[in-house]
Amino acid sequence: MQEEIIVSGFGGQGTLFAGQVLAYAAMDAGYHVTWIPSYGPEMRGGKARCTVIISDEEIGSPLIRRPSAAIVMNIPSMEAFEPAVRSGGVLVVNSSLIPQRSERDDIRVLYVPGTELATEMGNVRIANMICLGALVQALGVLPLRTLEEALENHLAERHRKWLPLNKEALQKGAEFAR
Amino acid sequence: MARELWEGNATIAEAAVRAGLEAFFGYPITPQSEILEHLSHRLPELGRVFLQTESEVASINMVYGAACAGARVMTSSSSPGISLMQEGFSYIACSEVPAVIINVMRGGPGLGNVAPSQGDYFQAVKMAGHGDFHPIVLAPGNLQEAADLTVLAFDLAEKYRTIGMVLADGSLGQMMEPVEMPPMRPVRPPYERPSWALTGAEGRPPNIITSLYLVEEVLEKVNLRLQAKLRQIAANEVRWKEYSTEDAELLLVAFGTVGRVCQTVVREARRAGIRAGLLRPITVWPFPSARIAQLAEQVRGVLVVEMNAGQMLEDVRLAVEGRRPVRFYGRFGGIIPLPDEIMPELEKLDAETR
Amino acid sequence: MVTTVEIPTDMELVYKYPESLTPRSTHYCPGCTHGIIHRLIAEVIDELGVRERTIGVAPVGCAVLAYEYFNMDFCEAAHGRAPAMATGIKRVSPDKVVFTYQGDGDLAAIGTSEIIHTANRGELITTIFVNNAIYGMTGGQMAPTTLPGQVTTSSPRGRDVETAGWPMKMAELIGMLGGAVYVTRQAVLDVPSIRRTKKAIKLAFQVQLAGLGFSMVEIISTCGTNWGVSPLEALDWAKTHMLAYYPLGDTKVSDAVRELMGERVTPFTMVKSATEL
Ligand SMILES: Cc1ncc(C[n+]2csc(CCOP(=O)(O)OP(=O)(O)O)c2C)c(N)n1
Ligand code: SF4
Ligand SMILES: [Mg+2]
Repeated sequence: MQEEIIVSGFGGQGTLFAGQVLAYAAMDAGYHVTWIPSYGPEMRGGKARCTVIISDEEIGSPLIRRPSAAIVMNIPSMEAFEPAVRSGGVLVVNSSLIPQRSERDDIRVLYVPGTELATEMGNVRIANMICLGALVQALGVLPLRTLEEALENHLAERHRKWLPLNKEALQKGAEFAR
Repeated sequence: MARELWEGNATIAEAAVRAGLEAFFGYPITPQSEILEHLSHRLPELGRVFLQTESEVASINMVYGAACAGARVMTSSSSPGISLMQEGFSYIACSEVPAVIINVMRGGPGLGNVAPSQGDYFQAVKMAGHGDFHPIVLAPGNLQEAADLTVLAFDLAEKYRTIGMVLADGSLGQMMEPVEMPPMRPVRPPYERPSWALTGAEGRPPNIITSLYLVEEVLEKVNLRLQAKLRQIAANEVRWKEYSTEDAELLLVAFGTVGRVCQTVVREARRAGIRAGLLRPITVWPFPSARIAQLAEQVRGVLVVEMNAGQMLEDVRLAVEGRRPVRFYGRFGGIIPLPDEIMPELEKLDAETR
Repeated sequence: MVTTVEIPTDMELVYKYPESLTPRSTHYCPGCTHGIIHRLIAEVIDELGVRERTIGVAPVGCAVLAYEYFNMDFCEAAHGRAPAMATGIKRVSPDKVVFTYQGDGDLAAIGTSEIIHTANRGELITTIFVNNAIYGMTGGQMAPTTLPGQVTTSSPRGRDVETAGWPMKMAELIGMLGGAVYVTRQAVLDVPSIRRTKKAIKLAFQVQLAGLGFSMVEIISTCGTNWGVSPLEALDWAKTHMLAYYPLGDTKVSDAVRELMGERVTPFTMVKSATEL
């Protein structure tokens, strides 16, 4: 088993963090895992994406061109990765900010209004967790519980007050993939 | 000890702390500033020395001074900063004091960019400074190795009283992987510093540490001694890893990040019916030449892949000595070559050597 | 070589070759003031009783072999980097007495950055700065301290300040920095100035021992060989020309240093204080 996942969006959308939560969960579940970021030159507002590879054998290349799954949080990311996802893969689209629809019929596309739902839930910054919940549910490699545990084990002290909301967000997202 | 998810730069910094690092001197430069940042809180909290310097020139000369005093010391930088340190490397090598240098390579030449590169291979293994010397150069391919080789760099530097250099690239510095950190070693107390160190000539004749030998014959003797030491290192300390080489007909040679990319290539090649194997040097100086020469007898051809214009390529060619065709594929500018662009090169080599 | 003679027990010892010097004779040119300065440092280290815990850092310059003459742990730095090396040593060996010995090319040209930052950090080291207005070792080229109009092998028509800039007043520059607590400019051009210089060197080391901050003694010196004059003429030339441009006196004496001086050290006349410059 090897899943190669790209999480991509603007800086500030929490894509790098979403990738890290996924990486922690995979590590805790006993998999080999790599997380590698790529930034734009801007500190905020530029592109921010990461690649997470989860595997049951030693991971070679930490970068891939064609992911088996992707979360796209904004239009440029949609344009870059909608065509790249491998046949049979999963694409989670943050439909609040991305009006386009995918024309591909060889992948599973989940349209999740992450930004809107997050705003309704009281914090726009949990859109990443909503999308991640959808992705993990669709992939079926890790039970959602492992992500909640990863949050519990690795969320920085100063962010712990957001733990319940983050968990709720994961669940909310997962509903879109059920 | 449990595995934790670590970022590459912090991995190196924390491993150095665990190895008993007593003092760090450094100047910020991307993509390795997280090493400096990690140590800026870790070392003071442990009562050890951290100093952000005014330049890499100052850093290396502070390292030189602390090394002369017998302390376990290190600096880290990225390509342009390493260039500035080269005079110091040469002094340290000639004076035979131990020091650890971390180079998290970025795109060059010039100011280049902050993306990963392997463009400093020649600088590290062939021309780390003026005069005849080589540092011991360790090239991790993943973060567990980054931790382990950082510790090893201290041990080898002290064993041979020379420079132990960890040659990583920006992607290793920035990525995250599970790492089992080495155990915390106690810091060596000042009264256990080596007998050659500058500790004050109390009840003994003065210790002098210099790299100046004005009499030609004396400097030649110093050089002969340094060369003998380098031969000893070359005989004892070559390290590498092999993947699927037992029955390989084509051999990939790549180090660091590209080395692990080529692990994927080997898997994919085998799936496609090409019997490929990989040798990934862990020490790039000393270089695993003898093993590559052996494998050259076994395989039909060799493909070297690097993030540069073909630097390690020269060492591979020297090792293969024309026995087999040696081909090269490289990317620059901070671009990591991916399996799908390396595969066609391997297929070409396969066809060419059938 | 120095021959040692048994000292008769019924006589009082009034003079002795410093323990902090090796019995070697130096390679310096006849009449060179480097030797005098070595001697003063050695006497001070003897008097303070710290030879066995002193670590010296030699420069690149005529004094590159200083470690041959000082009888203590020593190392030899890259050109200009002695203050960085001394920082490294002192930070990992805070109980040691650490000093650098540097020329004007070493300290005020290639090593300007290191000396400024070392002083500014208030490193607990002492710098002995030998200003002879020339690059002695490499054959008399223009130094950052070379006087306006002074002829050197690389300023054959005399230093032109329009193109080569002005001589650097390092004692004034370093005196301005927060971490520097005792900075002075002295000379070794006659007996009184030599005696004052020794006092200054002693105070500089005492400042380090008391942990007060960075201390530096700039010493106006000669290089008859590269100035192209006899040793005596060199002393005269330095007095007339160098002292006119480089006034002697303290450029920084912090309050803590003043306190330290108390009764034990007689303050020298302040020619100019840092604030008047
Ligand atoms: C990096 C480097 N550049 C240049 C030199 C050559 N060099 C040796 S001594 C010296 C000048 C020394 O002058 P100064 O510091 O004034 O000392 P002095 O000889 O006058 O006592 C120079 C330029 C060197 N050794 N290293
Ligand atoms: S060249 Fe000048 S500074 Fe050097 S030893 Fe001779 S007189 Fe002294
Ligand atoms: Mg000079």
